[in-house]
Amino acid sequence: MILTDADLQAIGLTLRLASTVTVLLLLLGTPLAWWLARTSSWLKAPIGALVALPLVLPPTVLGFYLLVAMGPNGPLGQLTQSLGLGSLAFSFWGLVVGSIFYSLPFVVQPIQNSIEAMGARPLEIAATLGAGPIDRFFTVVVPLAKGGIITAAVLGFAHTIGEFGVVLMIGGNIPGETRVLSVQIYDHVEALEYGRAHWLAAGMLVFSFLTLLTLYVFQGRKRRSNALSFGG
Amino acid sequence: MKVSGIEAAFKLAYSAPIAGRKAPETNFALDVRLKLPGSGITGIYGTSGSGKTTLLRCIAGLLKADEGELKVNGEVWQDKRDMVPTHERSMAYVFQESSLFPHLTVGENLDYAIKRAAAVDKSFYAHILELMDIERLLQRSSDQLSGGEKQRVAIARAFLVRPKLLLMDEPLASLDAGRKQEILPYLERLHDEFDLPVLYVSHALDELARLADHLLVMHQGQVLADGSIEAVLSRTDLPVPLGDDTGVVLPATVVERDSQWHLVKVEFSGGSLWVRDSGDAIGNTLRIRVLARDVSLALSSHHDSSILNRIPVTVLDLTPDSDEAMVLVRLSAGQSILIARITRRSVAHLKLAPGNTLWAQIKSVAVVR
Repeated sequence: MILTDADLQAIGLTLRLASTVTVLLLLLGTPLAWWLARTSSWLKAPIGALVALPLVLPPTVLGFYLLVAMGPNGPLGQLTQSLGLGSLAFSFWGLVVGSIFYSLPFVVQPIQNSIEAMGARPLEIAATLGAGPIDRFFTVVVPLAKGGIITAAVLGFAHTIGEFGVVLMIGGNIPGETRVLSVQIYDHVEALEYGRAHWLAAGMLVFSFLTLLTLYVFQGRKRRSNALSFGG
Repeated sequence: MKVSGIEAAFKLAYSAPIAGRKAPETNFALDVRLKLPGSGITGIYGTSGSGKTTLLRCIAGLLKADEGELKVNGEVWQDKRDMVPTHERSMAYVFQESSLFPHLTVGENLDYAIKRAAAVDKSFYAHILELMDIERLLQRSSDQLSGGEKQRVAIARAFLVRPKLLLMDEPLASLDAGRKQEILPYLERLHDEFDLPVLYVSHALDELARLADHLLVMHQGQVLADGSIEAVLSRTDLPVPLGDDTGVVLPATVVERDSQWHLVKVEFSGGSLWVRDSGDAIGNTLRIRVLARDVSLALSSHHDSSILNRIPVTVLDLTPDSDEAMVLVRLSAGQSILIARITRRSVAHLKLAPGNTLWAQIKSVAVVR
């Protein structure tokens, strides 16, 4: 067997984390992207900048502050303790929370871009045809922003799989709980098990490349078939 | 099938700068208070930035006026406190540019309206499809349609809403002249067949001369004139210069056909005119348009020119044109009014004054309906 049980456990954990985070991010990120695309509020710029922060911030900085927030005296820690959930730090759900922040821009921005590109006109048309707000969201926004939503899901998923710094800061290295793939590779290298590290690292490389390749092929085809959008 | 007896009264006050508007005025204000007929096509004419689209968007509820009151056929759509949201108004809207959903086929675009409308029966659906000649397009996606086909589908979709009011915002402006001529007959058919009040925004007077029964002239957010199209177009006192579009429309009846020269004689209240044979049967009523630039004046009746149509007229008044060299002369011919656009020099030369009787020579008459 090329991969050890610990490797397989790390892979399973990583996939579970990335799936959970992607689902939650689509649920949270879509309304946020909608708001950012449509609002003329002065809050648009500061909120947009906050969302984009993980793009430029070292993951350790984000992880550090999340760790403090999740700690027994931090606001998140106080909240989870008062709800009887204990501490989030060094737990799977702590990783989920951290990853949501970390991958947020990768989900919000593509959706926001496609809603902005769609413009207000399709919604106005739907309204004049008798569609109410919720009807408009599902029959107009979702299908017209579909490309952005798929891109967001793929990027959010792939980015969460490759996460390292934040995990190490708030999750530590607990097998089956917080020891994800990137941490497992790090452990192999620390232990000078280069052969094992290679298998996992090469696997990640191939996975990431194939993911992006699929995405770009899909986007290219979509651009050609959707040459027409709303003119004027 | 008729949508009968709709009376509409619009009261709408709106006054605020509109963020992001392309209008030349940064401090645009719309301030209108009007009563419009509950049937027929009301043309809303104005140059860009005159507020005609803004008015239409307020009526549709797409734009919230600071103060708005709107009553359509006795139904309150907006008053000082409440505003019925767009999707609950029994109204349809045709936009200037293509407004078909790109993710749906033509048939699905039509279904989108039908699903949300009061019951649309099969025969009505089939009839609209036939009127607009789009049956064979149903399976296509909207990007496989020409501009004219797209607008025909959009107009059909608007009718399938079964609206009590139809709003059209420059529905032909995105089309070239040829496509425009292709769609106009469809619009006329709909007008002839449905007694549905239509507000039709356009900056093209030739379109309105053909389609509109009633005309509203807007300028800088205000309504300058409002009345039957014949009455409004026979005015020369509007501060909106119409330039080469200045001219009257007149109702007329076909009385005689001259097959040899392919002409028909039409009679209007001020006399009769020979026009190109439009194929109309004797006794048909039609609408003719006489542009002011095609009317010249002579003190006596000349028979030695190429001009076929000469009518005795009386000068009503003279108004300076926006072009300094030109004057607009309003003439009465029987019950009708004609306008001639001639040079100031000619006015001086002929010593024109109100009350003069003379001959109007009409170079060209267009049958617009």
